[in-house]
Parts: sequence; C-alpha cells; structure tokens
Amino acid sequence: MSQGYSRRDFLKVSSVAGAGLIIGVVLPYKHRLVAAGLVDQTFDPNVWISIHPDNTITIFAAKSEMGQHIRTSLPMIVAEELEADWSQVRVAQADAHPDKYGSQGTGGSGSIRRSFTRLRKAGAAGREMLIQAAANKWNVSPKNCRAESGTVIHLSTGNSFTFGELVETASELQVPENPVLKNPKDFKLIGNAMPGLDTPSRVSGAAIFGVDVQVPDMVYATVLRCPTFGGKIKSFNRKKAMKINGVLDVYEIDEGVAVVGKNTWAVIKGQRALEPKWDHGDFLSWDSTRIKNMMEEKSTGKAVIAREDGDLTSLNGDEKIEVQYEVPFTSHATMEPMNCVAHVKKNSCEIWAPTQSPQRVQTTAANALGIDTKDVIVHITMLGGGFGRRLWADFVTDAIQVSQKSKKPVKLMWTREDDMGHDFFRPTSIHKLSATLSNQHELTSWTHRVIAPSISGQMAPERFKDGQLDRSAVNGASNIPYDISNVLVDYIMANTRVPVGWWRSVYNSQNAFANEGFIDELAQKSGIDPYQFRLNLLKNAPRHLGVLRLAAEKANWGKKMAKRQGMGIALHESFGSWAAHVIEVTVTKKGELSIDKIVAAVDCGLVVNPDGVKAQMESAIVYGLTSALKGLITIEKGAVAQSNFHEFELLRIDEMPEVEVYIVKSAEPPGGAGEPGLPPVAPAVTNAIFAAIGKRIRSLPIKLKDLKV
Amino acid sequence: MPKFTLRINKKTHRIDIDADTPLLWVLRDELGYTGTKYGCGRGLCGACTIHVDGEATRSCMTAVDNVDGAEITTIEGLSIDNSHPIQKSWISEEVSQCGYCQPGQIMTAAALLDRNADPDDEDIDSAMKMNLCRCGTYDRIRKAIHLAAKEQK
Ligand code: FES
Ligand code: FES
Repeated sequence: MSQGYSRRDFLKVSSVAGAGLIIGVVLPYKHRLVAAGLVDQTFDPNVWISIHPDNTITIFAAKSEMGQHIRTSLPMIVAEELEADWSQVRVAQADAHPDKYGSQGTGGSGSIRRSFTRLRKAGAAGREMLIQAAANKWNVSPKNCRAESGTVIHLSTGNSFTFGELVETASELQVPENPVLKNPKDFKLIGNAMPGLDTPSRVSGAAIFGVDVQVPDMVYATVLRCPTFGGKIKSFNRKKAMKINGVLDVYEIDEGVAVVGKNTWAVIKGQRALEPKWDHGDFLSWDSTRIKNMMEEKSTGKAVIAREDGDLTSLNGDEKIEVQYEVPFTSHATMEPMNCVAHVKKNSCEIWAPTQSPQRVQTTAANALGIDTKDVIVHITMLGGGFGRRLWADFVTDAIQVSQKSKKPVKLMWTREDDMGHDFFRPTSIHKLSATLSNQHELTSWTHRVIAPSISGQMAPERFKDGQLDRSAVNGASNIPYDISNVLVDYIMANTRVPVGWWRSVYNSQNAFANEGFIDELAQKSGIDPYQFRLNLLKNAPRHLGVLRLAAEKANWGKKMAKRQGMGIALHESFGSWAAHVIEVTVTKKGELSIDKIVAAVDCGLVVNPDGVKAQMESAIVYGLTSALKGLITIEKGAVAQSNFHEFELLRIDEMPEVEVYIVKSAEPPGGAGEPGLPPVAPAVTNAIFAAIGKRIRSLPIKLKDLKV
Repeated sequence: MPKFTLRINKKTHRIDIDADTPLLWVLRDELGYTGTKYGCGRGLCGACTIHVDGEATRSCMTAVDNVDGAEITTIEGLSIDNSHPIQKSWISEEVSQCGYCQPGQIMTAAALLDRNADPDDEDIDSAMKMNLCRCGTYDRIRKAIHLAAKEQK
C-alpha cells in the first residue's frame, strides 16, 4: 500500500464520483493508483465501460440476467455508441450499489426502456474521448477522425489506433457532458439479432446460477416454514434431525426451522425428519372457496373509482349484458428454486444471490445486521428464471440469519416444495363487467369492477387500510383502449393472508382476460366479427390497430376452419408495448383441447435485439398458456395445496403449438418485451374455444372446464 | 461410510458417502459438477438429467449405490468445447433463455439423437416431454434437435 492509497480509498473515491450519470472519473487519483500498482491502467469513461490495453472492452450490466438476454442487449447499446467491435466486448455483472448504476431492479419489462438513453450517452462519451485521444496523439483535429469497429481512424491519412492503444491518453481527458448520439439510421448493432454473450456458458453447463455458488468452508441449509400462512412452529424433533449423517445443527429462525449440514442431501433429509408441530393460527379455516365467497361478498360493497367517463345513467333503452370473469392464484415456479449464499462476517456481509432486486438485497441485509449498506457486498449470479418472484428478498433473510447463527458462509436452498408453498402468488381476482349495446349494435357503455387482493396493500397496509385505490390492480382495466363514451372502472380490495406478488405482467394478466373475453362476447351479441368489432372501436388507437391488423393478416383471419376448430383474437397494451395474438385451437368430441398455432404481433418501439424480443414473446406465450390451461394454485386449510410439478403442471413440449412472432417496425422509443406478450394469451384461447364449439369460458384454468359438446 | 467408485466424464472418483445419496447431490456438492441442476427432486422436471451408460437418467432419483462403476456423463462431459451436435444447434438456434433447464434438455436430446439419428416431431415429443422449461423454449428445442440431426448426416 505505497503512497498511502488503499484499495478501500480507491473504492470510496470511485463510488463518490460514481453518483453522477457519467462520472468524471477522478483522474489524478487514478493516475497515482496506477503508478502505485494498485489498479491496472484501463480507460473507464464512466461506470459502464472499462477499456483495457489488450483492446478488450468490459461493459457492466447492472440488470439481472434471467433469460431475457439483457446481458447481451445492454452491452449492445453501449457498444453501438462507442463504435466498439462486438468481438472485443465482454460483459461483467455489476455488484449491487446504492446509487452508482441507478436502480438495478429488474422488472416491469423496464431494463431497456429505462436505460436506453443513459447507456447510449455512456457509449457516446467514451467514443468522443477516444477520438480526442487519437487526435491528440496525431496532433490533428478530432473532426478529421472517426471511430469504427474498435479503432479510431484519421480520415486524411488512413492511420489508425485500436481503442486499446488509446487507453492511457484517453484516461487523461475530461468526460464530455453532452456527447452527441448517433443517428439511429447509422446503427450497426442495434436492430440486429446478436448472438447471446451468455449462450455458450448456458450450453456447456458452466453458467453459475445462485445454486451453483461454492465458497470455501461453506455449509448448506434448508428452512422449513409453516405451510399455513401466518402460522408458527410449536415444536419439532431436533434429536431425530440431528441424527442424520451430515446434519450439523438444527434451530429456529424467524420464518421456520433451519437445518444446517455438510451437503444438500443431509439438510433435505434433516428437514424431512423434523416432525414439526405447528401453531397454524387463524388462517387454518380458509380455503379457496372461502376466499372466493369473501370476495363475492365484498363485490357489492364500496368500490373506489379508477376511471369514469360520461354518464352511465342515461342508457336506459339499451340492452345490458352482465358477466363475471374469474382468475385463480398461480405460482411463479421458476425452474431454479429460491436460494442464496451468504457470509456474515464481523461488521460486513457478502452475498451471492439470484436476485431481480440487488439493492433490496443489500438494504435487507444491512437492516437485518445493523450495518451500513456499503459493508454489504452483493454479487448477482445468473437467475434460473425470475418472472417477478426474485424481486423479493425473503430467501436472503433466511440465508443471513443462518450464516449469522452458524458463523459460517451458508448456501440456503429451498426445496421445490418450499418454493411452491411459499411464493408471492399472482393474485386471484373476480371481474364484474357490464356493457350496453344500442339497437344499432353500438357499444354505449362499459363497466368493469375488479375485486382482488392488493400487492401494494400487502406491502403498505397502513397506507391502504381503507381500501384505497391500488392503481396497479386496475392496470389494463382502467386503460381499455376501446372508443366507448361511458366507462366506469372501479376496484375493491380483498386481501387475504396468501402472499401476493408481481407475477409476469402483474394485474394485466387478469384484466386482459376479462376485457378481451368480454369484448368478444359483445361482438358475438352484435353479430359482428370479433376482429372487425375491435377495429371499429380502435379508430383512435393507432398502435393497438397496428398489432391487431398485423396479427390478423399474418394469421389469415377469417380463413375457413374445419369443424371443431376455431380462431380467437385478443390484444393488450402493457409496459409500453402492444401485443395481439391470433390463436387456433381444436376441441375434439371428447372435449380434448389442443392449441394448434399462435400468431403474435408486437409493437415495442425501437428494437435493440430482435431475436431477444422474439424469444421473450415466445416465452411469455408459453407462460401465459400454462396459466390459462393448467397452472393452478389452490388453498386448502390455509396452505397451498400443490407441492411439486405433478400438481402444479407446466406446459410441455408435446402441447407446444407452432408460434410465429411478427415485430412492428418502429422508431418510437423502446418499450418492454418480457411481459407484454402474456396478457392476450388466455383470452385469445378462450375466444378460439368459443369459435370452435360455442362455449364461453370465463374462469381459469381451462383444464377444469368440461369442453364436451 | 460406504465407498463408491464413480466414473464421471471418463475420470474416476472415489467417494465416501451415504448409499442413499442421489447422484445429483454427489455431482453437485461433492464433485463440483454443478451443470447438472436440481428442479424438483422427484423425477418430475428433467433438470437433473445425465447419461448413465449412455441412457438419459434422472440423477435426483438415482442413488449413488446404483451407479457404482457405471459410465456417467454430465453436461460438462458431453464435449469440452460445445462441439457436440446438440450443443452446436442449441447455440445457433439460441435455444436457451435463463438456461437453468438446458443442461437437462441437452442431455435428453443428446441421448435421443444417439438412438435415433433422424427423430420426427413425435419422437421428439415423447423423448422430451418430461423435461420442463418454465421459460418456454420448446419451439426452439424442437428446431434445434431437427437441425442437429440434419447436420449430423
Ligand atoms: S430434479 Fe430430477 S427430475 Fe427434477
Ligand atoms: S430456459 Fe429457463 S427454464 Fe428452460
């Protein structure tokens, strides 16, 4: 530690400097650090980019990778503006930091749309500095230089420097505050299907997920929770569990009974040996039927208004149609169950977590241990699926408590059964809808009452104690796009003990099912083709129209279908994007349903990685099909009735329809891609079933329905 | 504790462990082959699929004492450089999303291709339908298997 600079000082300096958007790296310090041999000479124009003398470029991804190829798309944006050659780009995962990277939360289909401009600026700043550095070296005007494929070229002479050769000179320059962004028509990477940077490691088995982390001296742990929500442990057979070979310790933590051992199998067996007795608490008398009855009872009570247009009282002469749609609880069921590796040390803590919420993990640990967030290091691993589940940090709390108590680094593993029983489930919901049709088949009014548990209400019970409007719960309901003069959308909160959370597309999945099913019914009532009926009502909604038309065209809407086959259509806007699906189904005489084909259209503005968008649409479609067809969570005796994949069924390859995805060409700002493809799936399926056999389905999952006709 | 001799990816490992320990945990916790994944622990998802004497096998349901001396291949041993035809087609079709189920998918597909050089859609369905993928990569899995079969010819 010569010259009195420690690595800690350096980190302090860079994190203070990192608070801004594009940091002016504190160059004098950096120089001395390099001179002192404390850090390697690199060119780091900001927190996102590090260019090395060997001409490789590290780009930091501050969003979590859970299958959306974000660790490819984000670097593409930076590399585009930097004029890097894709082959020199490496991606590195940013550890959690309170403010260095802005929000590291990965959700709401927001990673690209919320960082697009910022990352472009970061890349552009680097590019301008590299050009200036080359110009300085040649002693020419930067106007006469251009960056291209990882080099800076002097236009008049054709001389060039690689970026790597400019590292030292560029490091001495000031960071430009307003770098000039490229004209999108000059994009070379953005808009092209780039191979995923993580693809090889996912195919070789080398990718490190949370469950794969190994640290020296690590022990393993499971935590058994009370199956009944709100219940507590009364007693357990510690002796019996301790007898299992490899079990090191058994004790209570906040959420249940921890079994600590030398390997995963020991702690699983230890957990099975616990013979727990529970104090189940008052939720024991609850089940799905009682929850539904409670919601029905509430449905006639006081509602809070989310949207009110026109006047519903003046429509006496029109024909009124009333229906009810219902959606059950469902589970995230990420293929990688919840897990976390934590090492609580004296005044600090190191965590390796598959998390969508690095900063929540950091503050959760800091609060639990009474230490500063800066003393909590959080490394983000690959996530074996997220879908909203990993925005929570409950599994991190388990790991911290066990590591603290056992004074060792610990790998906390939830079994599949733990995971399925203790999710934050997609809220169940009831939708009461009504509409009036004039005798010219004009849709004159629309009402939609959403009765559902509130995620916000669960998180902030005080703030929502009088059933205040949870805006999120009416997402997709209050903003129906159809041109109707009289609209009323309202909400009734109906909370239960069942934990609820953000499940891929959040409340859009329930509300789109209700909207798009009901609009189809109204088309049928009016005797108008459901596609045409929607077109008529979307005259002022160009982007809705765009995806609807594209899907219908590509699917050859209206083509002749065989008997017992049908085509259904649905659309929905969410997370800044628009999606429409046309789904073809067959229902056999015996009532067996097959999904034959799905044609999907999406408008998500300017597209960074088209194959990534396509893959996300395919993925959202399968996720949506699973929940429409079968993925059902029910409550019995205050607990989840399903324990593993034999009871909570996922779609399988033999049920997989052919999927075609079409992307609307657009220069609008980027929208989301991970979720928007999901909401239209369920209604397009039920609308197709109606077209095939004339049976209207208003509650999910479809597997519980008798389709024999 | 009993001793077992395991032949994994052409290497021999001697290991002392409880006889009922599923091979999955031996691979992952004891020997560091973490490419093989845990998804359900009950033979329901296929994430833990490996080859035992060339057969696709659920390592979560295979106690270590059943495979003493058998030839075991994990995803790490399928090739050292992603050069197996299935791995190559998986890369070119960009099959993986989160990737968690993929070692199991790949091992199942590789075993299918070993016994059936030109599987049709029905063969693929029946071989692959016990491998779950929550990210929904099924369409690409099908395409990648067809591609690998074609390339192999
Ligand atoms: S973990 Fe073995 S089949 Fe699921
Ligand atoms: S790729 Fe994520 S579970 Fe299959």
